Amino acid sequence: MEEKQIVSQAKALGLTGEEYLKIEAILGRTPNFTEICIFSAMWSEHCSYKNSIKWLKTLPKEGPATLVAAGEENAGLIDIGEGLACCFKIESHNHPSAIEPFQGAATGVGGINRDIFSMGARPIAQLNSLRFGNIKNERTKWLVEGVVKGIGTYGNSFGIPTVGGEVYFDDCYQTNILVNAMSVGLVKVGESVSATAEGINNPVYIYGSSTGKDGIHGASFASKDISEDSVNDLPSVQVGDPFWEKLLLEATLEIIQTKKIVGIQDMGAAGITCSTSEMSAKAGVGMHIDLDKVPLRQSGMKDWEILISESQERMLVVVEKGHEKEIEAILDKWDITYAQIGKVTDTKNVEFYQKGMLKASIPSESLVLGGGAPVYERKFREPSYFEKISSFDDKKINCPKDLISVAKFLLAQPNIASKNWISKQYDSMVGTITQTTEMKSDAAIVKLENSEKSLAMTVDCNSRYVFANPKIGGSIAVAEAARNIVCSGGKPLAITNCLNFGNPYNEEVYYQFVHAIKGITVACEALETPVTGGNVSFYNQSTSDGKSVYPTPTIGMVGLIEKQSHITSMSLQKVDDVLYLLGPMSEDFNSSQYLAKYHHVEYSPAPSFQLSEEVKLQHSLLQAIRNGWISSAHDLSEGGLFCALAESCFQHEIGCQITLNSKVRMDALLFGEAQSRVLISVAEDKANYIEEHFHSHNVQYTKLGCTVGDELKINDHNFGTVSALKKIYSGSIAKELSND
Amino acid sequence: MKFGVVVFPGSNCDQDLVNAIERVTKQKAIKLWHKETNLQEVDFVFLPGGFSYGDYLRSGSIAKLSPIMQSVVAFANKGFPVMGICNGFQILCESGLLPGALLRNTNQKFICQNSLLKVENTKTILTSQLQSNRRYKIPIAHGEGRFFANPETIASMEAHQQILFRYVDDNLEASEQANPNGSVKNIAGICNTNKNVFGMMPHPERAADLALNNQDGEGFFLSILHHFEHELA
Repeated sequence: MEEKQIVSQAKALGLTGEEYLKIEAILGRTPNFTEICIFSAMWSEHCSYKNSIKWLKTLPKEGPATLVAAGEENAGLIDIGEGLACCFKIESHNHPSAIEPFQGAATGVGGINRDIFSMGARPIAQLNSLRFGNIKNERTKWLVEGVVKGIGTYGNSFGIPTVGGEVYFDDCYQTNILVNAMSVGLVKVGESVSATAEGINNPVYIYGSSTGKDGIHGASFASKDISEDSVNDLPSVQVGDPFWEKLLLEATLEIIQTKKIVGIQDMGAAGITCSTSEMSAKAGVGMHIDLDKVPLRQSGMKDWEILISESQERMLVVVEKGHEKEIEAILDKWDITYAQIGKVTDTKNVEFYQKGMLKASIPSESLVLGGGAPVYERKFREPSYFEKISSFDDKKINCPKDLISVAKFLLAQPNIASKNWISKQYDSMVGTITQTTEMKSDAAIVKLENSEKSLAMTVDCNSRYVFANPKIGGSIAVAEAARNIVCSGGKPLAITNCLNFGNPYNEEVYYQFVHAIKGITVACEALETPVTGGNVSFYNQSTSDGKSVYPTPTIGMVGLIEKQSHITSMSLQKVDDVLYLLGPMSEDFNSSQYLAKYHHVEYSPAPSFQLSEEVKLQHSLLQAIRNGWISSAHDLSEGGLFCALAESCFQHEIGCQITLNSKVRMDALLFGEAQSRVLISVAEDKANYIEEHFHSHNVQYTKLGCTVGDELKINDHNFGTVSALKKIYSGSIAKELSND
Repeated sequence: MKFGVVVFPGSNCDQDLVNAIERVTKQKAIKLWHKETNLQEVDFVFLPGGFSYGDYLRSGSIAKLSPIMQSVVAFANKGFPVMGICNGFQILCESGLLPGALLRNTNQKFICQNSLLKVENTKTILTSQLQSNRRYKIPIAHGEGRFFANPETIASMEAHQQILFRYVDDNLEASEQANPNGSVKNIAGICNTNKNVFGMMPHPERAADLALNNQDGEGFFLSILHHFEHELA
């Protein structure tokens, strides 16, 4: 093939002219088509993080509990005591889900779980963060239906409980939905495995599903904007099989138990190419791979198709020479297809052969992140829409007369209303460790076997705040996640993040990205929750209107609950308890759901937030919980104080009577979303301790009233019976989405 | 006594069941691999929930052909006790050990939630320690849990007291509102005429732990234990 033709193919596959020259320099010759495909996949944004890595490196990675830091392995690892480590990670599957919601979401769940069990950890819980466009839009309904069914079908069959998540509906996600899946697993300290390929001549095996033509160029597809032609990329969407994944899980953990393997990696983006080159690069070795030995789903597949296929449920394992039979016996037991496809070599090159011909030979190091993959510094500039935000004047927003109707309007808003219609399609109880089935809490809680401890976990990001102020919004996402963990009775340990943004070549988008990372960084440092890993998803914007999604750095957080008695519900527990608001009584209603959905104001500043106040609040609240003083704790988020109150009332249908200072504007008091605030209820005889405790910790508190009856009353206004409010709250999403 | 829990590829409630049995009854529970035919002298066989062989064709339709099921059918036909929960119930219906079939839920969706059960017959080895005048809060988690049988079969099952559990509301009524999946007559669990083969869609093993704040499922396991300790002794 002529060089000119190769150059134009390289461009068509997404490589820049500069990148092409770099490839020529690495190889010292003109690359062939197969090699171009390999570089295109490995140097895609999705695999190389070329436009984000510079900033990702600034995130705090080390903490007292960190065992494996971000970027070292498929997922991070933290020490949770008693000889156990927790392995967790969140990942996006946005682009495939936007055009094929069922398979896109299903394979997202599959991929993230493989990241966990390829480390030797058994997944114990899953969460997800979903964002869609307007709920009234027909396409949105189709997308929700498909995504939820995809997550359910895959996760339910795989048999790991889906214990938590968040769902948002906003117009900015109309074309580009976001599907972020998180998995949390456990492994004994010292028994986790690495994705490495040491030992010259050690055999390399592929096992799991056969390789087909699905998902070819998936990594490249995920690295561009969604356009009208995206539907032509349908073959780029992978197809999932949860049954195979379940077998793969059991067999993989059994294989690891033999301690006769050198390393394992799952096959995700860029398939065989990625796993062979990353494992080789990690150990500074090469691999000789015979593509004829790869079990194929169809005949006549070309070498490059085999190499970059993203067929799901496949693993690559390097076995210690001499122990092949032992490993094969386990795979036979689980009826899993496998083949030895090559061996580790000292050439430092990944070499792929087909029919005896060398089809590609590339230094493994040159392909990977941290090696030869390009690293770019992108320019950024302050977004022009910031002007509209700074010119917002809240005095121009009139306080509605009938706040009771506003309250009911907000309870029915899809971003506030119960997501039960969605969550009950997921098996949340398999595994019999889920403690938040019977006891609602701000974070999902799962019990550790034979232990007094539990893990608390959550995913959070209010992207409206990040849009308003990327740095503060990024900090709030971390703070809110930590606040949820603390309200459940846990100590926040670490985070994983899924950074969903628009096109990085757009300088305003890149500004959002850089500043969100800065915000996450300061919050992680202040709250002592290092980043253990995650992923970046750029190009969440459509070519038709050039609009990108709100900057959405989803934070997945895990915390540790030291004792069963610390587990704290968000629900009011009994009548005659005293209600307090921790944090300020604020007049701020910036970027609230109230302002956005009731007044239709799109541009306003982020809600007020002071990191030092947040830290004080969380430390003192966790201490009060551990002292046994708190009956319930619920973080104020979307819908502000009123919605927090109502949500606390629902589970046990307990009402409350509270009094608010009527000198400040009531709509802000009720529906504002100023940060660092928690609603707590305490038994009457604990009230004195509480007041003294928070006073001495210099945390603002306000006694609101008490739990009483079955109605929600504020000052002289009766907002209705708890059961009537609950009906609005729990029925709203079902009404929009149900076709039964 | 010794319990056996069959493990098919795709079973995912097997370990939960072993844990619940051992925690509640303090007896041994062993796993039986689908490729084996030896039941290892267990006294009671459980078929757990999950997605045996992926359940891609029809739930339970492949599992019934597995080697272990040939032994389980023979075991049941000799009068020994066998119980299927969720996917296990589907497998027992497919195997012909229990009447009826489990169809797709009427809303065409997977449903995971608590359900309230009323015990219709307390004279079986599964229900002897349960009470007929209280609600049992037991979770369901299935896409194909709508029990169906023709009217003659239902009439015969009722005549033989084979209906063990129905989905009920707070007032113990088998109302339409309390029926999560469209099961005929709110049927949640049944047994064979010989009262030694049991099937139910709800998961008692998910409601048998103080740490999860629901112990309503413990009585199911304690009934079995009671039978072996007292009736057989």
